Amino acid sequence: MTRRSTWMFVLPGLAVAVGLAVFVSPLASSSPDGLERVAEDKGFADKEASGDGEAWKSAPVPDYEMPGVKRVPLAKALAGLAGTLVTFLVGWGVARLAARRNRPNPAAGATDGEGS
Amino acid sequence: MHIPDAYVSGQVNAATAVVSAVAVGLAAWRARRTLGERQAPLLGMTAAFVFAAQMLNFPIAGGTSGHFLGALLAAVLMGPLNALLVMTVVLVIQCLVFADGGLTALGSNIFNMGIIGGLAGYAIFSAVRRFLAQTRRGFMAATAVAAWASVVLASAACAVELAISGVVPLRGVLGAMVGVHALIGAGEAIITTAALSVVMAGRPDLVGAWQPAPVGASKEAQP
Repeated sequence: MTRRSTWMFVLPGLAVAVGLAVFVSPLASSSPDGLERVAEDKGFADKEASGDGEAWKSAPVPDYEMPGVKRVPLAKALAGLAGTLVTFLVGWGVARLAARRNRPNPAAGATDGEGS
Repeated sequence: MHIPDAYVSGQVNAATAVVSAVAVGLAAWRARRTLGERQAPLLGMTAAFVFAAQMLNFPIAGGTSGHFLGALLAAVLMGPLNALLVMTVVLVIQCLVFADGGLTALGSNIFNMGIIGGLAGYAIFSAVRRFLAQTRRGFMAATAVAAWASVVLASAACAVELAISGVVPLRGVLGAMVGVHALIGAGEAIITTAALSVVMAGRPDLVGAWQPAPVGASKEAQP
């Protein structure tokens, strides 16, 4: 019962996140963000473009635009959809690995006493 | 404020990577106590919401934009150490899949947005809340103040890393970063309290910091 009640919050919450990523992110401002603005004003923005430290060039979805999709808003929506779902699954997986077990482990032959 | 490769020096990135790795390891180890198995999908959803909301850059003054950080929201919902796990998941995916934030700067980004934004932000939340009425209004006000402070402090940490790296003098960059992010932090406070209000209206039992259990809560609040 408690398990279902958590999901009854998680699934609508996930739907909101997907909705934001798919429908709102193509409308987001493309102006430089706070750090990028300061980098331009203080004259160190070109360090990024100089390329001497770019260790990761092979990201599958650079700049939040799905490669191979010509229409930019659609490319952003698809990148947002994929990223939101991947983040959910990875976060869930990491949490499952790290969290305590609620159910008794049959292999151990006894409960571990952490009921709640 | 995701730092790309080649902004911050190797030594600074190495130092923050060590601190971040230790803190994330501690958070994962503590999760055996602070995170129930049925909360696992909730952590995934929080990470997904933070990821999606971080895509939504909003314009602020002077042709500049800002976006949601989410560390303080995650900390109020799930506790500061679980928030560090949330932010780490988001930042690693942004870096590896979307090339947002440099791979070499991952330690600095986790330090700024996860440790400073999440843990220090939550410490401010706890301190401010003590001075306010123990009501829902006081709770939301403490959330708003801490959300603003989490963004400003994270940007200050970023400025200090740039200055230590010898990229730019601290005096100029600290004021510039804090000035811009004082505005972005206002957006953070609005989004955080709006999202938290929705959760409080529907499922207050899922807001960790709102739970009245003083013994467990105060233990969790001080990692």
